[in-house]
Amino acid sequence: MLLIPCPNCGPRDETEFHYGGQAHVAYPENPAELTDREWAEYLFYRDNTKGAFAERWLHSTGCRQWFNMLRDTVTYDIQAVYPMGQPRPDKENTATGTTAPTVTTPVSPEGAIK
Amino acid sequence: MTTEHLPEHPDFLWRNPDPKKSYDAVIVGGGGHGLATAYYLAKNHGMTNIAILEKGWLAGGNMARNTTIIRSNYLWDESAAIYEHALKLWEILPEELEYDFLFSQRGVMNLAHTLGDVRESVRRVGANKLNGVDAEWLDPQQVKELCPILNINDNIRYPVMGATYQPRAGIAKHDHVAWAFARKCDELGVDIIQNCEVTGFVKDGNKVVGVKTNRGTINTEKVGLCAAGHSSVLAEMAGFRLPIQSHPLQALVSELHEPVHPTVVMSNHVHVYVSQAHKGELVMGAGVDSYNGYGQRGSFHVIEHQMAAAVELFPIFARAHVLRTWGGIVDTTLDASPIVGTTPVENMFVNCGWGTGGFKGTPAAGLTFAHTIATGEPHKLNKPFALERFETGALIDEHGAAAVAH
Repeated sequence: MLLIPCPNCGPRDETEFHYGGQAHVAYPENPAELTDREWAEYLFYRDNTKGAFAERWLHSTGCRQWFNMLRDTVTYDIQAVYPMGQPRPDKENTATGTTAPTVTTPVSPEGAIK
Repeated sequence: MTTEHLPEHPDFLWRNPDPKKSYDAVIVGGGGHGLATAYYLAKNHGMTNIAILEKGWLAGGNMARNTTIIRSNYLWDESAAIYEHALKLWEILPEELEYDFLFSQRGVMNLAHTLGDVRESVRRVGANKLNGVDAEWLDPQQVKELCPILNINDNIRYPVMGATYQPRAGIAKHDHVAWAFARKCDELGVDIIQNCEVTGFVKDGNKVVGVKTNRGTINTEKVGLCAAGHSSVLAEMAGFRLPIQSHPLQALVSELHEPVHPTVVMSNHVHVYVSQAHKGELVMGAGVDSYNGYGQRGSFHVIEHQMAAAVELFPIFARAHVLRTWGGIVDTTLDASPIVGTTPVENMFVNCGWGTGGFKGTPAAGLTFAHTIATGEPHKLNKPFALERFETGALIDEHGAAAVAH
């Protein structure tokens, strides 16, 4: 079971949370102008990353707040949690070719149960 | 003990060749679907200069991790057609492959626990009958007669209100199915290449012309992807996207017991599915873990939930011990139906999205995917399962019959 560091409540069991899939998917600005292909992309296509993945979680039986989390989909290591609307914390490093992610909220080694 | 005292190794069922420089077609993924595809390519289409590339060992992914259930009681015409065709192939395959892989048509029950379940189930039985799929609606007493160890009392949280029953459904020994296909593939000249991981594709414009692997580049005219949970990773290498999310799906077995469970029982609502393997283990499947994952393991609370449901439905399991639990990576789609067909890349084809129910579809996936690869056009059975359906909106929503909620 994942031990998820809720930004408001601290570390809690995964069973308190609800998964929200890929983060940073914006609703299209002009949905009526999209082609069928573009609409399908918005509705059905999500990244299915093997590795560091930015995803949404809802602390449904706690503070009931949504937040974003950066988690490795192979090791299940939680690398960062950050507020919705904020850019993904490891993105700028990817652009400069650095591999080590900068975390906005550092997670202690016991932050995730593997 | 030294090796001198060991008996001779039994005959190998397939060769272990090095990859050749080029093939007429390359199948990526040496699981059930990849093996079945290669088998039908060779048998039905005369394509024997082909290879299966497997990054690990043969049938060590979901083919080794599923709960071996075979049934065809799906709701919609398109699904009933392809899964029923698969079931008919299962019925002839032991003889055709000359291998008794313990296909046992002991029937499958899908329990109903709510009024909504009952309505959905009765509707599905009706749809199945119209599609020539054997199906019956059982009341709780009939459920008890077929499976005496099931608790049909009202004193549980979700009492059994009835069940759909497909008598021709059942289980098969998954490893033996893979070995049966592998042996025939090998006899027909197919190269099964294990420990050969695909690392990229060689393209000429938008056409795939080769496969890069950790054992060198292999030229090929056609590529068929049969990689289940890793389909998205391969598609990304090839330069296109798939509407797939990969999730862990867990299962477990108990220690060996005397035969107590005569059929297969599935419950979508409380979420467990149980059969008893020929050797005697109780085999139970859980629901998918909610998060995306490639780790071949999931969270313990999912197993806990599944065991709670199992013990309530089958009180005699309360003292059974879990022998082991494991996870596989399933490739789920938004409509709980597979994708079998062409891709945006020329000469590259994809078979994926079977999600939580790929094992039962193995022969039909192989047959229709081989047809698609050989002719460049879909077989009539997989035509509705094209990637384009997510654009046209012609989805095939099988969340009700898929039985594993996701």
